[in-house]
Amino acid sequence: MKLVLEKRSEHSEFMTLMSPLLAIALTVLTGAIIFAVQGLNPFEALYVYFIEPLTSMWSLEEVFVKAAPLILIGAGLSVCYMANVWNIGAEGQLTMGAIVGSIVPIVFTSWQSPLALVAMITLGALGGALYAAIPAFLKNRFNANEILTSLMMVYIAQLFLDWVVRGPWKDPKGFNFPQSIAFEGWQLLPTLGDGRVHIGIILAVIVVAILTVLMSRTLKGFEILVIGNSPRAGRFAGFSRKKVVWFCLLLSGGLAGIAGIGEVAGPSGQLQPTISPGYGFTAIIVAFLGRLNPIGVLFAGVMLAITYIGGEAAQIDLGVSDKTAQVFQGILLFFILACDTLILYRIKMLGSTKQQSVAAE
Amino acid sequence: MKKILGFAAAIALSLAIVPASAADKLKVGFIYVGPVGDHGWSYQHDQGRKAIEEKFGDQIETTYVEKVAEGPDAERAIERLARKGSKLIFTTSFGFMEPTLKVAKRFPDVKFEHATGYKRSDNVSTYSSRFYEGRYIIGQIAAKQSKSGVAGYIGSFPIPEVVRGINAFMLGAQSVNPDFKLKVVWVNSWFDPGKEADAAKVLIGQGADIITQHTDSTAPLQIAQEQGVHGFGQASNMYAFAEKAQLTAIIDDWASYYVNRTQAVLDGTWKSEDTWGGLNEKMVVMADYTNLPDDVKKMAEETEAKITSGDLHPFQGPITKQDGSVAVKEGETVAVGDLLGMNWYVQGVDDQLPQ
Amino acid sequence: MDATQAVILTIITASTPLLLAAIGELVTERSGVLNLGVEGMMVMGAVCGFAAAYTTGNPYIGILAGVLGGVALSFFFAILTQTLATNQVATGLALTLLGLGLSGLIGESFVGLPGVKLQQLSIPFLSTIPFIGPILFGQDILVYTSIALIFGTTYVLFKTRIGLIIRSVGDNHNSAHALGYNVIAVRYACIMFGGACSGLSGAYLSLAYTPQWIENMTAGRGWVALALVVFSTWLPKRLAIGAYLFGAVWIMGLYVQALGFGIPSQFLSSLPYVVTIIALVIISGNKTLTRVNTPACIGQTFVPDR
Repeated sequence: MKLVLEKRSEHSEFMTLMSPLLAIALTVLTGAIIFAVQGLNPFEALYVYFIEPLTSMWSLEEVFVKAAPLILIGAGLSVCYMANVWNIGAEGQLTMGAIVGSIVPIVFTSWQSPLALVAMITLGALGGALYAAIPAFLKNRFNANEILTSLMMVYIAQLFLDWVVRGPWKDPKGFNFPQSIAFEGWQLLPTLGDGRVHIGIILAVIVVAILTVLMSRTLKGFEILVIGNSPRAGRFAGFSRKKVVWFCLLLSGGLAGIAGIGEVAGPSGQLQPTISPGYGFTAIIVAFLGRLNPIGVLFAGVMLAITYIGGEAAQIDLGVSDKTAQVFQGILLFFILACDTLILYRIKMLGSTKQQSVAAE
Repeated sequence: MKKILGFAAAIALSLAIVPASAADKLKVGFIYVGPVGDHGWSYQHDQGRKAIEEKFGDQIETTYVEKVAEGPDAERAIERLARKGSKLIFTTSFGFMEPTLKVAKRFPDVKFEHATGYKRSDNVSTYSSRFYEGRYIIGQIAAKQSKSGVAGYIGSFPIPEVVRGINAFMLGAQSVNPDFKLKVVWVNSWFDPGKEADAAKVLIGQGADIITQHTDSTAPLQIAQEQGVHGFGQASNMYAFAEKAQLTAIIDDWASYYVNRTQAVLDGTWKSEDTWGGLNEKMVVMADYTNLPDDVKKMAEETEAKITSGDLHPFQGPITKQDGSVAVKEGETVAVGDLLGMNWYVQGVDDQLPQ
Repeated sequence: MDATQAVILTIITASTPLLLAAIGELVTERSGVLNLGVEGMMVMGAVCGFAAAYTTGNPYIGILAGVLGGVALSFFFAILTQTLATNQVATGLALTLLGLGLSGLIGESFVGLPGVKLQQLSIPFLSTIPFIGPILFGQDILVYTSIALIFGTTYVLFKTRIGLIIRSVGDNHNSAHALGYNVIAVRYACIMFGGACSGLSGAYLSLAYTPQWIENMTAGRGWVALALVVFSTWLPKRLAIGAYLFGAVWIMGLYVQALGFGIPSQFLSSLPYVVTIIALVIISGNKTLTRVNTPACIGQTFVPDR
């Protein structure tokens, strides 16, 4: 007996919808086993992880605070990955966006008007996009692998941020501690209600809407799909792979930059040596869980945010280590990828494999 | 196997804690920046947590959240503890300052204790240790024990606390050997054993025969042992990692402070205040002096006694800054404000402070 | 011990983990598979190696356990990418995430314990030669292994039939399949060889470099190893040069600091990454260097038709 893959004649629509759900179900099942092994009641643990965050207004708000950057970055990355452009340095682009956007509150502290906020977000997007332009340029001009260059640039951006907040931009009244002045007034993102939810989540929804239209209704979207699926076919159609590389990296970098300035001008309210708990990397899972589709990313971002919040709750309520949440995320991504196989292939069982193995010898 | 049992027991314990939310127990929460197993900063705070558990038994219950990143996530973690009914919350890293104040505003009946910060409010106290007192002692020991007259200092980040430590070390060393030299390497991390080890090797290669560190891993001491030189433990007693190399260690001991503050909340006498304790308050404790000749050991013990009694202040003038200008005149000590925000080196440090 | 010798010894220690992990990935990529999970496999090797060595007190059992840890994770990767034909880039990223999380969970009870140090295997007489003795003949077994692997893989890849098969699978899987080679089986083997080397590299970190277990102790070294493979243009000997150069840049950053020039340490710390990017650019931009050796099928999924 042997399992083999057989290519479907066309994509399975049913499986396209089912595969993320199947993956989540398998992850939950695996999670239950992990909890049981640790001696916990799996039902209680799963409740704390996945349901409890949704049961109070406060934690629901926190889910949206967390989901906003994940959706913004994930949406940009999904377009990238669609085009087979592997930007995995979103964390660095987020950091540069935060730094460039912070020029307004730190250098022009007295500029208090809604325009200041617009300028901050624009600069944030610009910072992220320009930082992503470097791997794009190196890819197009020198054929340097964007996976490695964009990742190396994450470390560089974080060290640069570290230098900025310990050196030139440290709060002069802060006893030489590594942090900038606290942002105020129009240099902070307006919140919705009195909680911590800020307009970042609205921006995220708008971005998702724009990208949905872009990918399904415009020539650019078509170009990205064609180049992603088959660069050769794209070339025959007259599309330029280089232009797509530029477009994707600038877009995803810009969105990561907005997420960065959103964190700094939102929940943080100042520039610090650490501004993100790895949103740029988690957003990679978000993009895949969302099936590289902007609307899917919206749901995936919320889903991942729930596991984050649930993971924190589990630490306090159940004494489960925070590593469990990380293992969950890894397993989830594995299952998504495995389940995606079902969209393109059908799994067949072969009674005898003799013939095949003879052929392969 | 013992490990696994211990792990299971820890889980069973934390499970046992949760349902027993008896109304009149005082809930005490802790926020750690690192893993409790870092054997350094967070580990020592967790020892403090265990101390109050032992001391107050059934009167209290404790919870902690580890590895909380300094940044937007910290606020939620603190708020969660407050919402879960903690009435006394210790936030144990500088970067939690703003989040602590924000949450404190929303929970006026909860008492907050923020370590190493400088902003207080009605329900937020601050506390820190005068680690530099210990640094002065190890500086003296280093100058006595070094044959090359050069020590290597592995720094984490150039923040005032670390700079203060470097200066105190140097002043201590110069009180024994005025020509003592100090080389500094910054590793840009509180905890990166690989890089700390590399830094230690580089410093030893450049002639340092005493290694001291303001980072939390045991790696530099292990390297010192391997290469036959000596060093000092940081934050916790690291003797088990380097029995031949550790001369002493500067131990952060939060137990007495945490017991006092918990007692104050139980008694209803808690007030917002700023505590900056050192050897005298037993917030800084020196580990056993080991691998030392008797006369050096005696000198170290005498210095420790003098600092404890207040007869000696490490930052007593005259002190000359690196650029040759006078920091404090004879007979004065460095002002508290200047100590808190220290961003200059004393003369003789072979490094330039990033500004 | 004089200063130059100390620096060289430090550079060797810093370079060896990179070299070990990169040599495995090189073979994997030669068979046409891009496994971005090096970091995850490495960190699993580190935790398994530490745990086994700590429990048994024997570092050599630790090395074996490290290898097994790396192989186990790479086997996962092989099932997904080869049997289930998933995207290799995404699967590799998932492997890294899983490895980092899982190792943290496994290692939780081993944090803060003094480890078992892998001792140097000094070769009698030779290691007492002044200066070069300790450098060439006073290392531990994993350093010797890394050197042996360079020559071993060069020989196997370019002088044996097995190497020929691996390279043909990596260069054109369709024609290799047509010739009757089992593409999937060859790739399974190469992926697991890569896992074994990454595990070895992780074990080096937790047994020799800094004998202890700390979460995320690989600290990005797996990614540097991946960059080194590109830098080497898939040739083991160039890989060795690259690894030692990178190690040298890394150590010199610290060395320059200790000399006290007052360059901000953040800039010196970012130097190795900048150098890596520049090296990638130079190598990738040079078509004559890359074209000959780049496995043409790298990263492509192969599903045999029946």
